[in-house]
Amino acid sequence: MSETFYTEDHEWVVVEYDDVVTVGITDYAQEQLGDIVFVELPEIESELSQGDEACVVESVKAAGEVKAPVSGVVIEVNEDLNETPEIINDDPIGRGWFYKMKMSDSTELENLMSETSYQQLVASLS
Amino acid sequence: MTAATDCLTTPLYDLHLKLGGKMVSFAGYSLPVQYTGNSGGIIKEHLHVREAAGLFDVSHMGQITVTGEQAAQALESLMPVDVLGLAPGQQRYGLLTNENGGIMDDLMVSNQSDHYLLVVNAACKHADFAYIKSQISDRCEVKQLDNKALLALQGPKSAQVMASLGGGVGSMGDWFFMQSAVITLAGVEVLASRAGYTGEDGFEISVQESDALPLAQALLGHEDVLPIGLGARDSLRLEAGLCLYGHDIDTHTTPIEAGLNWAISRVRRKNGARAGGFPGADKILDQLESGVSQKRVGLKPVGRAPLREGVLLVDSEGNNIGKISSGGFGPSIEAPVAMAYLNSQLCDAGTTVFASVRGKTVAAEVAKLPFVAHNYCRGHSS
Repeated sequence: MSETFYTEDHEWVVVEYDDVVTVGITDYAQEQLGDIVFVELPEIESELSQGDEACVVESVKAAGEVKAPVSGVVIEVNEDLNETPEIINDDPIGRGWFYKMKMSDSTELENLMSETSYQQLVASLS
Repeated sequence: MTAATDCLTTPLYDLHLKLGGKMVSFAGYSLPVQYTGNSGGIIKEHLHVREAAGLFDVSHMGQITVTGEQAAQALESLMPVDVLGLAPGQQRYGLLTNENGGIMDDLMVSNQSDHYLLVVNAACKHADFAYIKSQISDRCEVKQLDNKALLALQGPKSAQVMASLGGGVGSMGDWFFMQSAVITLAGVEVLASRAGYTGEDGFEISVQESDALPLAQALLGHEDVLPIGLGARDSLRLEAGLCLYGHDIDTHTTPIEAGLNWAISRVRRKNGARAGGFPGADKILDQLESGVSQKRVGLKPVGRAPLREGVLLVDSEGNNIGKISSGGFGPSIEAPVAMAYLNSQLCDAGTTVFASVRGKTVAAEVAKLPFVAHNYCRGHSS
């Protein structure tokens, strides 16, 4: 069972294998954004440092950014989001994933939140 | 958006919460931006209004009455509008202009036989009231109605819904766009006017605060009616090419720059029977004849990325040519839409302009407004 980490900015990170992770936004984040109509994905092979702006998400009302939760190189993006960004609203932790990256420093995961602490954060926000 | 605390509430506040409204602060009021649940969300709410009917709580808006024999003349001294020619039950779009020709507010004015009713923007209502009072209270009585709620029922099925609640539209086959009447709706006496802010057929319903909740519940009880939040109100008016005060028009834009020439009544124009006589008349009427250097236009961004308020526009050589005044995504046309002020020489539909968004260049095409055709019940004459 792969482990899921979270950021305070409401991104999730799943460790797929070795140092490869998938990144997306949480159900809370998609709920806050509302109907998503456009996503600007990072370029494949782009190098991101933890905290860098990786994607832009536009909903009907507002624009938001998705930061890189860890440092690394983007190896794959979810092309489905270009034509059907609404799948982020429908299935944020499944089909609505954003990109995969190869981490350059897996110890950065230690700075992220566990499922339990993230759920506590969300509970404190509502 | 800020948390909905320290805000005024409307008589429907508890109902919004019960319906799953996501409350935000808007013009000092706590109002739903959208509702949750299967039929909620801005896109679904927007499309429902275009297809059936939606109920909006617009009680935050200001309602001002002007009474007295001099009322029409007095109002004409504040607006480039033919108020004297307004027959009882008739309503018109109006603009409060300032001495520089700028727009202090946009509003609806209607003749209610023994008085005139103004419906003004929430954010401007106290300033409007103080201003109007200071200008004309020597000639007529100006009152702010604090005990009224305002509901809007919008969408192609609105008339059917009104009729089903005894609202008389069925029997009043000649109730057209921009006409108002006192009617009994779901057992409640209301003032309804056939108008709105979505481009669709519909009604704005002024009702006693104490009657607002049962009336809203009766309207929502109809199978075609869903509650609609501020988010869809904005996307609907944007597709309909309607101005949002404080964004598309303000004290720095004139009616002519805003493309609201049609709102300058014929009798108030040069050579009209009551030409001029409103603040900024010289400038506005001159612009009407000789044109302006910048104008409000519609823009269709190429691609899916919305262009939002404040984004600067350049031509192919990088020269500044304008600025987006409001923009977002149009759910009915399934594409981003925007309105902008643009150098007048570049306002022809089809002209390509460019915007820089997050370091990337996005092209946009000047488009005719509205983006979605108006669906008003205009009757036979027009």
